[in-house]
Amino acid sequence: MQQFNLLVASLPDGILLGFVYGLAAMGLTLIWGVMNVINLSHGPIIALGMFGTFFMVTKMGLNPYAGLIPVAVIGLFIGILIYGIAVHRVINAPHLSSLLATFSVNMIIIGLGTAALTTSPYNVDFSAGSTKLGSTTILGTRLIAALVSMLFTGGLYLFLYRTRPGKFIRAVANNRSAAELMGIPSTRILALSFGLGTMLAAVSGALIATFFPFSILSGGSYELKSFVIGVLGGLGNPIGALFGGLILGVLEGIIPAFLESSWVPVIEFGLFVIILLVRPSGLFGAKK
Amino acid sequence: MKRSLFSILTILVLAGVILSACAPTAEPTEAPVATEAPATEAPAAEPTTPAEPAMVEKTVTIGFTSSLTGSQEVSSKRQVAGFNLWMNQVNEAGGIKLSDGTVVKIAAQTYDDESTKERVQELYTRLITEDNADFLISPYSSGLTAAASIIAEQNGKIMITAGAAEDDAYKTGNTSLFQLYTPGSLYLISTVDMLKTLDPEAKVAIVHENDKFSTAVVDGLKPYLESQGFEIVMDEGYATDTPDFGSVINKIVESGATVLLGGGHYPDGSTFARQLYERKAGLKFISLLVAPADSKFPELGDAALGVATSSQWELAATHTPEEAAALGVEWYGPTGDDFATAYEAATGDKPTYHVAGGYVAGLVLQKAIEDADSVDPEKVKAALEAMDIFTFYGGIKFDTTPEAHGLQISHVMVVAQWQKNEAGELVRKVIWPADVANAEPLYPIPAP
Repeated sequence: MQQFNLLVASLPDGILLGFVYGLAAMGLTLIWGVMNVINLSHGPIIALGMFGTFFMVTKMGLNPYAGLIPVAVIGLFIGILIYGIAVHRVINAPHLSSLLATFSVNMIIIGLGTAALTTSPYNVDFSAGSTKLGSTTILGTRLIAALVSMLFTGGLYLFLYRTRPGKFIRAVANNRSAAELMGIPSTRILALSFGLGTMLAAVSGALIATFFPFSILSGGSYELKSFVIGVLGGLGNPIGALFGGLILGVLEGIIPAFLESSWVPVIEFGLFVIILLVRPSGLFGAKK
Repeated sequence: MKRSLFSILTILVLAGVILSACAPTAEPTEAPVATEAPATEAPAAEPTTPAEPAMVEKTVTIGFTSSLTGSQEVSSKRQVAGFNLWMNQVNEAGGIKLSDGTVVKIAAQTYDDESTKERVQELYTRLITEDNADFLISPYSSGLTAAASIIAEQNGKIMITAGAAEDDAYKTGNTSLFQLYTPGSLYLISTVDMLKTLDPEAKVAIVHENDKFSTAVVDGLKPYLESQGFEIVMDEGYATDTPDFGSVINKIVESGATVLLGGGHYPDGSTFARQLYERKAGLKFISLLVAPADSKFPELGDAALGVATSSQWELAATHTPEEAAALGVEWYGPTGDDFATAYEAATGDKPTYHVAGGYVAGLVLQKAIEDADSVDPEKVKAALEAMDIFTFYGGIKFDTTPEAHGLQISHVMVVAQWQKNEAGELVRKVIWPADVANAEPLYPIPAP
């Protein structure tokens, strides 16, 4: 009975967190789906988003949710920049080259971040209140983060399916050469997709900063979760990423009710391996 | 094709030459008390006149790593700042004077261990074999010190450990380790004694970091809790870099615990305290390891109120020459107030026990060199093993039995708690033992 209570208490938190995980993963899977590049700088960009919120709140006194817009815009431009500098030249090379390229960007961002900000934990001092739901307390920051994630997911979906650039992105993802033959400027579209991916990563980081402490190294664990979610939901599928995030969030919430919390990564990555073996296209199918 | 290859090769070679010329041999540390490690040159004896004894200046190199980055950064920097204060004071006073006229100056050689064991092992090996460090001080934290102590022991180098409480490192048959901190297994014993007077019916939840130090503390805590008749309703470990204590806190609430003992180091401890407050866990008493002892802790605001910790040393309860005299033990070193004043003058911060640990590491070495009247490692080791002194930090005496060589057997801890003073500011008060306390324990913690 105690475990059932624990379950019920942990479920809301898991679901709310899952939305944010999903948003983070969407950034990764979008880039993977469109251009077959695994963005290993995903983690540090999430961390940069966290610091973006931190500086907006502490230096400019902005509300962290108002600060999301500048963080999103900066995330977009950083992505386009990274694409132009590191990824574009190796986009047609074997996968290892683009992997190494994004990995180098990862190390550069971490190195610069460590030098500038050290690795001591930072905190955004912000509270959005809390509500009691039965035996559990729901934190306002997590509720808002989940809502914002849903908004961004909806926005991304609308962008991809209802706008021209979105259609171009889907075309390039489907068949780049054919898209080029149809007059779609594939380089610009690829840059835009990369930028969108990093924008989503930065925004998820900005949201996470409102309820967890962070340092420049914190992005790493979310990057790992994004891989698991990407595989769960199907690489390249944003809606799949959201559901994959929810599944992961719920798992993280309910596993500690039955086992020690150190089992969570074991089960998470065990699931990762099983999905890869049994259904490599993901639970929701890859977007192609 | 060949020409471009040749030019690339030439550029690489040139770059390598330029870099190796520019790169300093040691990475300078950015300690708050900025001290560049001076080159370790022992100048040859300069006799003034044949009649006077030769005033030989010797430089003793003390090697250690500091965690300038990574999870141990906050506490490690404090320890290094303490050590640097001691080193600067000794050098400014003219060095340690030996009876044969030799003046011993101290030089430090240090690197960033990035809070990882692998780097600690590489760097201590380097300190011993390349930098020829005469004596070593441990990194901060039991985990990293365990890695460093293996290297020190293999090379027979004396290592004073500060910031390393875990007992097991001293039970492996070593001969060159000397511990300053009270061993981990004794950390929470006095807290339990205090709880017995405040609430013997308390239901205790133990939630700790899954690392050497915290586990050692809990291994010493559990049998003692049980022997004192407390009910342990929960006992769980969490991974070192855990950012989310939500599910753990739900479990604590569900278990009906009224007292929480545990934590680990600064990052997880401060996060845990914050989330306990945010989630209104409603505990009557919280004691966390390490984090509440740091001067950064009040950044948590009201989440810090009432949180207690076991402290190796608190300025408010600093030990005195009178105490030493009453115990019949030799007093050595500055008073706590002198130490704190000097530290504040140098860094603008109030000292924590991590700072004291770093300072006393140097102080103990100084005393050993003075007692041995030599910098010969064998003589210094003998002096350390014979040492039985009292400092502002507390008693210093090392176990010399082969099974537990180096374990600290004279130093005791106090319990400190964050409370609000009349101005409403958060201050750390000593609440136990009663004879050194400067405040009553705040029990229960006011509900958020």
